[in-house]
Amino acid sequence: MPKLRFVQASGEEQVVDAPLGKSVMEAAVNNMVRGIIGECGGACSCATCHLYVDEPWFSRLLPPDAMEQGMLEGAIEPGPRSRLSCQIDVSDQHDGMILRIPAGQS
Amino acid sequence: MTEPRQTVVIVGAGQAGGETAIQLRKLGFAGRVLIIGEESQIPYKRPPLSKAYLAGTASEESLHLLPQVSLDKLDIECRGNTRVMGVDRHGQRVLTEHGAVSYDKLVLATGARARELNLPGAHRPNVLPLRTVSDVNRIRQRCQAGRRVVIVGGGFIGLEVAAVCSKLGLQVTVLEGLPRVLARVTVPQVSAFFERVHREAGVDLRTGVQVTALEGEPEVKQVVLDDGSRVEADVVIVGIGIVPNVELAQDAGLAVDNGIVVDEFTRTSDPHILAAGDCTNHPNEFAGRRLRLESVQNAMEQARAAAATLAGKVEAYRAVPWFWSDQYDLKLQMVGLSAGHDRCVLRGDPATARSFAAFYFRDGQLIAADAVNRASEFVFAKKLVASRALVDPAALADEKIALKSLL
Repeated sequence: MPKLRFVQASGEEQVVDAPLGKSVMEAAVNNMVRGIIGECGGACSCATCHLYVDEPWFSRLLPPDAMEQGMLEGAIEPGPRSRLSCQIDVSDQHDGMILRIPAGQS
Repeated sequence: MTEPRQTVVIVGAGQAGGETAIQLRKLGFAGRVLIIGEESQIPYKRPPLSKAYLAGTASEESLHLLPQVSLDKLDIECRGNTRVMGVDRHGQRVLTEHGAVSYDKLVLATGARARELNLPGAHRPNVLPLRTVSDVNRIRQRCQAGRRVVIVGGGFIGLEVAAVCSKLGLQVTVLEGLPRVLARVTVPQVSAFFERVHREAGVDLRTGVQVTALEGEPEVKQVVLDDGSRVEADVVIVGIGIVPNVELAQDAGLAVDNGIVVDEFTRTSDPHILAAGDCTNHPNEFAGRRLRLESVQNAMEQARAAAATLAGKVEAYRAVPWFWSDQYDLKLQMVGLSAGHDRCVLRGDPATARSFAAFYFRDGQLIAADAVNRASEFVFAKKLVASRALVDPAALADEKIALKSLL
């Protein structure tokens, strides 16, 4: 099972097992990663699962669709590597992926 | 000496109940947390029931707020299949059909139940509400391609079900009693947009019609309307709203007025009892009055306010209400409460496009917005509504002006 590394703005890290086919948001919520809420349950409607994806993983992800892009514009502290974690499905390529939670979110 | 371990009992295993428990642990509450629910499941998300779960693209397990293993890790006890019969406020005990449970603090997260059609035949086995996982399991057994589904109610549930059923290849009829769909929540232009979309998808959508009888034994075969017409049905799905579960609170003598009356900290009229979610009537800053909201966001955020109150932190509930609905390729996102607006402007043309936004004003202030496939408009409208911004309506109607620039 791929492992994901969530990093808080404070530098605090949490490595979680992410089941294949689940979203990164679900992996974070199920492991109580601070700052990732997933209020809408993964419907791309709330932007409470926003995070930054480190390279090289960021460039390998399928690009965000128009809906996600729109939601990201209004997320807390959006940046160039912002994504909604509910829109990223975990695959084998994601093992070790580093995900950073925006300071204003946690 | 250590203090005796406190017990928080939560009645209702929906999203408000589940989130209260989870948030209590996040806040470091070390006492006992027990959730008592009537359904057999651990707390689960309801919004996907009329969307992905009905469509068969989401598993039951994916609906859980947290998987059982995470609940165990957090030491959250869930007692399902248990009906709470009463609350002994004096003795601080909850009386269930399987015995009494003592509490130090009680949270009523009893939610709401589907409103029933008040007609003979409404209890026949192919007339189904949509509120729980087991409701949807029953609906799915009957919703095979080619069958005829009649949906009573043109609100969010009815329209979401119509979209899913139409995609699954059923023959879909929607019957709405009012002159337009979504009449309770939006303006005529937005209603007309959704009516057009559903008709284009092949749905037989009829507004301003009353169901007068359900005919057929042992199953309903025909739905009879007040104009005398009959609609053939293999299954009838009833989506005519919900009724808050306030009986427990009422019988216990708590203040109830279209919902369990709570303050902005989710406290009821009993200092040991809180309430959160669809079942509450709370003071809402954005509406400028008390109201009862039926939304997952309200359930989740009130639950967090309840947990904060229980943990001794003062955190008032004052979120801007928002809602969403998925139908076909469309995502409707709504923010604020548009009731009582004195002006509405449109950005984009709902009569021709599949993407637009409606903005609502009262006394020059932006109070609400509905956005269809316009996430950017939704997120910035949310910020503008939250800050009670005075915005130029003409600027919002002008597609060339980015909302971001109005903040």
